[in-house]
Amino acid sequence: MLPMSKFWVIMSHTYLSRIKSKSFIISTAISFLFIIGLVNIQSIIETFSGDEADRIAVMDDSNQFMEPLANSVESTRDDLELVAFDGSEEEGKSAVSEDKYHALLVITLDENQLPQAEYYANSLGEFGNQTFFEQQLQQLKATIATQQSGIDQAILAQINEPVSFHAVALDESAKSAEEMNQARGIVNIMLFVLYLTVMVYGQMIMTDVANEKSSRVMELLVSSASAVTHMFAKIVGIALVGLTQIGSLVVVGYFLIQSKQEELAGGVFEYLGFQGDSISIFIYAILFFLLGYFLYATISAMLGSLVSRVEDANQMMFPMIFLIMIAFFIAVFGMNAPNSSLVYITSFIPFFSPMIMFMRVGMLDVPAWEVALSIGLLLATIALLGVIGAKVYKGGVLMYGKSSAWKDFKKAISLSKRDS
Amino acid sequence: MTLLLNQVTKRYGKATAVDHLSLEIPEKEMFGFLGGNGAGKTTTFRMILGLLDRTEGDITWNGEPINYDKSHLIGYLPEERGLYPKLTVKEQIVYLGRLRGMHKQEIIKELEQWLERFKVPEYMAKRVEELSKGNQQKIQFISAVIHKPKLLILDEPFSGLDPVNVEMLKEAVIDLKQQGTSIVFSSHRMEHVEELCEHLCILHKGTPVVQGSLREIKSSFGKKNIVVHADMELAFLERIPGVLRYKKVAEGCEMQVQGEDVAQRIFSELQGKGFVRKFELEEPSLNDIFIEKVGASYE
Repeated sequence: MLPMSKFWVIMSHTYLSRIKSKSFIISTAISFLFIIGLVNIQSIIETFSGDEADRIAVMDDSNQFMEPLANSVESTRDDLELVAFDGSEEEGKSAVSEDKYHALLVITLDENQLPQAEYYANSLGEFGNQTFFEQQLQQLKATIATQQSGIDQAILAQINEPVSFHAVALDESAKSAEEMNQARGIVNIMLFVLYLTVMVYGQMIMTDVANEKSSRVMELLVSSASAVTHMFAKIVGIALVGLTQIGSLVVVGYFLIQSKQEELAGGVFEYLGFQGDSISIFIYAILFFLLGYFLYATISAMLGSLVSRVEDANQMMFPMIFLIMIAFFIAVFGMNAPNSSLVYITSFIPFFSPMIMFMRVGMLDVPAWEVALSIGLLLATIALLGVIGAKVYKGGVLMYGKSSAWKDFKKAISLSKRDS
Repeated sequence: MTLLLNQVTKRYGKATAVDHLSLEIPEKEMFGFLGGNGAGKTTTFRMILGLLDRTEGDITWNGEPINYDKSHLIGYLPEERGLYPKLTVKEQIVYLGRLRGMHKQEIIKELEQWLERFKVPEYMAKRVEELSKGNQQKIQFISAVIHKPKLLILDEPFSGLDPVNVEMLKEAVIDLKQQGTSIVFSSHRMEHVEELCEHLCILHKGTPVVQGSLREIKSSFGKKNIVVHADMELAFLERIPGVLRYKKVAEGCEMQVQGEDVAQRIFSELQGKGFVRKFELEEPSLNDIFIEKVGASYE
C-alpha cells in the first residue's frame, strides 16, 4: 500500500470525524449567527433602540434656545423629542423621577446673557445625550457671544471652516493615505483570523494527538502508518477542517453582504477596506495565513505527541499561545508605526513574520527581496520543525508518564534515533 | 516468509532492554515468547514492527527488512490495548482496516463474521467505551487480524480474559495458524506457550535463556519427572544415583531424575517391593526448565 493512500485515509478520517462532531457543528452555527448579526447590525440596533423617542423636558426661561435646539434635534437625533416644560424646576425633577420624561434640561442665562444649563436624569449612563446638548449649547453660546461683540457673520463662517490639510507621499510607489486605510481593514481582519486559527486549530491538533495517545490507540496507528505520515496527515486534515469552517463563513458572509450591499456600502465596511480592489493583498493574506498555520500546527503536533493525557496538553499550549500573542501585539502596535525597527526586525523572525510581514506588506511598500527573504525563512523553519517534529513525534507517541517538557523532548528525540 | 532476528540489541541510555537476541521464527508456525515483566518482549516486538529503531543487529522477514510497505501483511495486538473510545466498533475497525489497505465493504463483511464468531454481533454499532474490558479485547483482536495478515504479533493476547474467552481466542489463533499465518505471541503464562507453540524463546532480562523447538528443548534438557504412587515406603529411591530431587507426597513421591536410564533403574527397583498404583514418567515442564536456567521462578 502506498504511503500516499495511508496519508489520505488518516487525513480523511481526521477531517470527517471533526466535521461530524457536535462541537464543530455548534461552533460553526454560532459563527453563522454572529455573521448574520453583524450584517444586520443596523436593523438590530434600530429594533432595540425602540420606536418611541425619549422625551426631554426643557425649561427655557429666556425662550431663545428652545427653537434652535428643537431644530437640530429634529435634523440629527430622531431618538429624542424636546418638550417645553411649564412648571417649576422641582416639578420637572419629580416628573423625571416618575418617568414622565427621560430627562430635564434647565437652561438659564448668566450675568453676560450667555446660556448655562443643568441636565437632570435618573441616571447619567447615556453620556451621548449630555454631550449632544453640551455641544449644541456651546455653538449657540458662540453665536450669541460673537453677535454681542459685533463680529461679522461672514468672518465667523470663515473662522469655523475646517482647514485644508492633504497628506501626500513623495515616494511615488508609496501607498497613499486612502490605500493605507483600506489595507488597515484587511490587515486587521487577517491578524485576528490568524490569531484565532492558530489558537483554535492548533489546540485541535494537540488534543487529537493527545487523545490518541491517552487512549493508547496510537501504537496501533503507528504500526500501520509511519509517524511522519500520521503527523502530516493530521495537520493537513485539521487544516481542511479550518478551511471548511472559515470558507463557509466567508461564503455565507459574502452573499449576505451582497444582498445588503446598498445598506452597508459606505458604512463600516468602507472603513475596513472591503471596497478596495487590490488583489495582491488577498493573495498575501492567503499565503501568510497558510504558512502561519503550518508553522504553528507543526509545533502543536510535536508538543501533542509529548503529553500522555489531554489535560497536560493545555500546559504545553501555553508557550505557543504566548508566541502568537507577542506577534499579535507587535502587529497591532505596528499598524500605527509600521516603520519602526521592532516591526522591521520581527517581520523576518519566523514565529512572528506571518503576521508582521503581512502587516508591513499591507501598510507599506516593502521591497520584493524582503518579502521573499521572510517567506524563505518561514518555509525553512517549517521544514526544520517538520523534521524535528517528526522525530519527536516518532519517539513521543510511544512515551508515557510525566516529566518535564524539555526532558521529554530530548528523550523522544533519542528514542527515535537510529544507531544512538 | 521466515522472520530472522540477528544479534538484535536495544539500549536505552545505559540500560539494555534486549541483548544480542538472535532468533529464527519459521513460517506458518506459532512462536512463543516467554518472560516476566521487563524481560524485553514488548521492546522486541516494537523493533520487529519498526516502531523502535534497534541499537544493533538486523531484522529481516523473508530476506527483506520490515517497513511500512509491508504493513498490510502484518497484524499487531499491542500489550497496551487501545481503541478510540468514542467511535463505534464499525467505524473503528473500518478505519484501522483501511490503514491496512482494505476496502470498506471487505472490512464490514469480515467484521460481521468475526463478531458472529465471538458471539457478539450486536456490538457492530456500539461505541467501544460501552463495552466491557474483555469485549474490548475481542474488538482489539479483530483489529489485529481483520486484514488476514501473514505475520501476526500478539503481545499478551490472553491477559485479562476469563477462561471462556481465553478458549475462544485460542481457537481463533489456532485457526489462523492453520490458514497459514505465522504467529508470534508473548505470554508470562508457561502453559499457554506449552499448549500452542512449536518453537519458543524464554527471555530473561533481555537475553534468551532457552530457545528452540518445544520438543527439542524438553528432550535436550534431559531431566525427567517421575511420579510414583505406591503403598510401601519409597524413601529408598532417593538414594539411587541420578535422582536429583525427591519430594514425598501423600500417595507416594515425586522425583526429578537425570534421564530416562535412571527412570528405568527406578522402575526395576520397584519390582517385587509391593503394589505400585501409578508410575509415570513425565516430560519436564517449561517452568522446571526456566527455574533451572534462571535460578528462580518469576511467578
